[in-house]
Amino acid sequence: MPKDELKSEFRLIGTRPDRPDGLDKVTGRARYGADMALPGMLFAAVVRSPHAHARILKIDASAALALDGVKAVVTRADFPTGLTGEDWNLQENSMAGDVALYDGHAVAAIAATSRLLAEDAAKLIKVDYEVLPHVIDVDDALRMDAPVIRAGAGDHTVPEGSPPNVSKYIEFGHGDLEAGFAAADLVREQTYKTEATHQGYIEPHACVAQLGADGKGEMWVCTQGQWYIRRMCSAVLGLEASQLRVTPSEIGGGFGGKTIIFMEPLALALSRKAGGRPVKLVMSRSDVLRATGPTASASMDVKLGMTKDGKLTAAHVNFRMQGGAFTGASPVGEALSCALACYDIPAVMHNGVEVLANRPKAAAYRAPGSPMAAFAVECLLDEMCHELGLDPLDVRLKNAVHEGVKASYGPTYAKIGLVEVLQAVKAHPNLLAKLGPNQGRGIASGFWFNHGGETSVSLAIGEDGTVTVSVGTPDVGGGRASIALMTAETLGIAYEAVRVNVVETGALGVNEPSHGSRATFASGKAAVEAARSAIREMCRRAAKEWGIDEEAVEWKDGAAMPAGPNAGKFPPMSIAEIAAKMGGTGGPISGHHETNADGVGASFGAHVVDVEVDPETGRTTILRYLVVQDAGRAIHPAYVEGQYQGGAVQGIGWALNEEYVYGANGRLQNAVFLDYRIPVASDLPMIDTVIVEVPNPGHPYGVRGVGETGITPPLPAVANAVAMATGVRLRSLPLSPPKVLAAIKAKGRA
Amino acid sequence: MLKVHLWSGLRRFTDGVEVVPVEAATVGQMLDGLVAAHPGLEPVIAAGVSVAIDGVLTASRFTPVTPQNEIYLIQRVKGG
Repeated sequence: MPKDELKSEFRLIGTRPDRPDGLDKVTGRARYGADMALPGMLFAAVVRSPHAHARILKIDASAALALDGVKAVVTRADFPTGLTGEDWNLQENSMAGDVALYDGHAVAAIAATSRLLAEDAAKLIKVDYEVLPHVIDVDDALRMDAPVIRAGAGDHTVPEGSPPNVSKYIEFGHGDLEAGFAAADLVREQTYKTEATHQGYIEPHACVAQLGADGKGEMWVCTQGQWYIRRMCSAVLGLEASQLRVTPSEIGGGFGGKTIIFMEPLALALSRKAGGRPVKLVMSRSDVLRATGPTASASMDVKLGMTKDGKLTAAHVNFRMQGGAFTGASPVGEALSCALACYDIPAVMHNGVEVLANRPKAAAYRAPGSPMAAFAVECLLDEMCHELGLDPLDVRLKNAVHEGVKASYGPTYAKIGLVEVLQAVKAHPNLLAKLGPNQGRGIASGFWFNHGGETSVSLAIGEDGTVTVSVGTPDVGGGRASIALMTAETLGIAYEAVRVNVVETGALGVNEPSHGSRATFASGKAAVEAARSAIREMCRRAAKEWGIDEEAVEWKDGAAMPAGPNAGKFPPMSIAEIAAKMGGTGGPISGHHETNADGVGASFGAHVVDVEVDPETGRTTILRYLVVQDAGRAIHPAYVEGQYQGGAVQGIGWALNEEYVYGANGRLQNAVFLDYRIPVASDLPMIDTVIVEVPNPGHPYGVRGVGETGITPPLPAVANAVAMATGVRLRSLPLSPPKVLAAIKAKGRA
Repeated sequence: MLKVHLWSGLRRFTDGVEVVPVEAATVGQMLDGLVAAHPGLEPVIAAGVSVAIDGVLTASRFTPVTPQNEIYLIQRVKGG
């Protein structure tokens, strides 16, 4: 039975019961986006631009429409006009207007009676293009003479005289930078680059949509956020939000990439044009990689000042990020805010720009921006530690932030756990493993804010005393199990007596998606409040039954009971007894809670990786990998460990192999998983995990949220390990075998 | 009087001021007061900012604030 600083003891929190979705998933019974089917359903295909940048001169769908079985074709002409801001971005990205902005940009969509027919008919849609100059690389896009994606797209933050593709400028910092660098014994400045990577979820985007001429519609869709789908589709198509009912399917991964719309409005528009027949649209892997949000690519300058005993005195970061052809899509603000968040530095300055390029609209990806920022800062920190002969772990501990320290992004930290994390790293046996030839060890820290967000939860007591909880946050990482544990803990009943359902948009108030590591934190917090509300009502019912004051009844061990000897002598009235009588004592008993959840606690982690680099091929093998992270409270530790491992693996892929490879014509060259290389189980050892628990005072059970921080340290940790193993420092990702081999050979020649 | 700390990039909208005094009892009144004092901040605040009270982010305009609180505006953060 775990204990924490709040002196709480738990009956269920911290245990590892069976997963509620386990049987469905291992038997294939779980229903994913593409599993939905309806009578009379049509199948859709999308025509996509083969050009990175091209004016659309003419779209001729007559040959396709002449085919028997083709029921509808939609182009941008079928969408409302006059949208502004992010609504326009979403519409423009869903379906190109006058100009196709990237390879894979949708220009038309078709619905037919079979998927094969739709795909064949799509090939008959003739699109005439005028190919325009394009730009792919982030630094190329910043040139004054770069092809202009959209003139005047920059917002109010962009200084006059900026390059034409700059769409946002950010600057913040504090302290005397000049004095800080003057106080350092060593000042170093380097530039680092990371490539765009995809979230790599196994389940492609899929939906079934139905929309009638009366504006009433339904959608079954694979998403992290059904209300976001509703709001965005309604805006793009000019619908009333309440008339569109969106039901989320089980989800085969999202990692941020399923928090926005891509092809969903096309399915709705096709259904409306086909007389309200339902339309299924399932993306291929190639469609996913060409046309759904990867993260940004980044080019980053970092300058650090350090004393000879390892104290950081000043830091300046200057980041450039492209998030595709749309404003506001890159995570440059988040990257800057996270860059120096692990360390107590007297003087810091952050500058950053977002720049447009002919790439897909970037979507959030697990701790958006933080992994790239960590790569730049943690690598330079490592380089300086080695130059000064200092232990990289000791230097991180010496500079680590803690409660009461001013964060690099401004405020003073509340209760946080980086020091405890680094101490746990120092105590771990992995650090005692001896390294052999061509082997290296890398360490890095990481940070993510975590998020609260709009949340609505409902809880209903069943006739037999079991409990149903309705949440609006799709289960991307164990939310259902964790929320069931917290509900059962609060009510004093068995975990198995609680079922948590992820429900459709008509069943609850607005919920933000499962993003920002918020689902267990925010829906869990709301579920606890909903349970407390139901407890109050059950105590009222018991008080009336006993004929005593409500205040004289307390809830304990799943039952109402007199609060003390003066309240009277009555046997405990269990939740099952109260539920059995509720029809005659006032009707159904439920609880609900709506909030924009405050009290978020930031999460810090540190990773240590040992690698071996083959000097003949440049291939890097992960020998052992350690994740240590502050969870606040691990409600279901097995899921927490899974999140730590998953984040590490995605980061390892980003560090070693994953990248978007574009040809000179601006077309994506590696739009399948055979060529876009994500790590698979056989590439990796078991990822070791240590859960640190520094409870978050802003949550009833101390939860911080654990989904995102784990992807932040792997990029620099792996790069630092490869540098130690090879003796050469690579400052651009991925560290693919050809790149590493070339660096080793160049060192040999030198 | 509250002291609201802005990020330094906003100084160009506030005549160089980085800590803005505002008379307010809630986060909402504080944001409205910032815009009233420095209208150039209107598009920034309309686009969305995060507010940290004593190091903890708050989302409600109704959250009470006092001169004893440390108040920072920071970049709006989105999660994955």
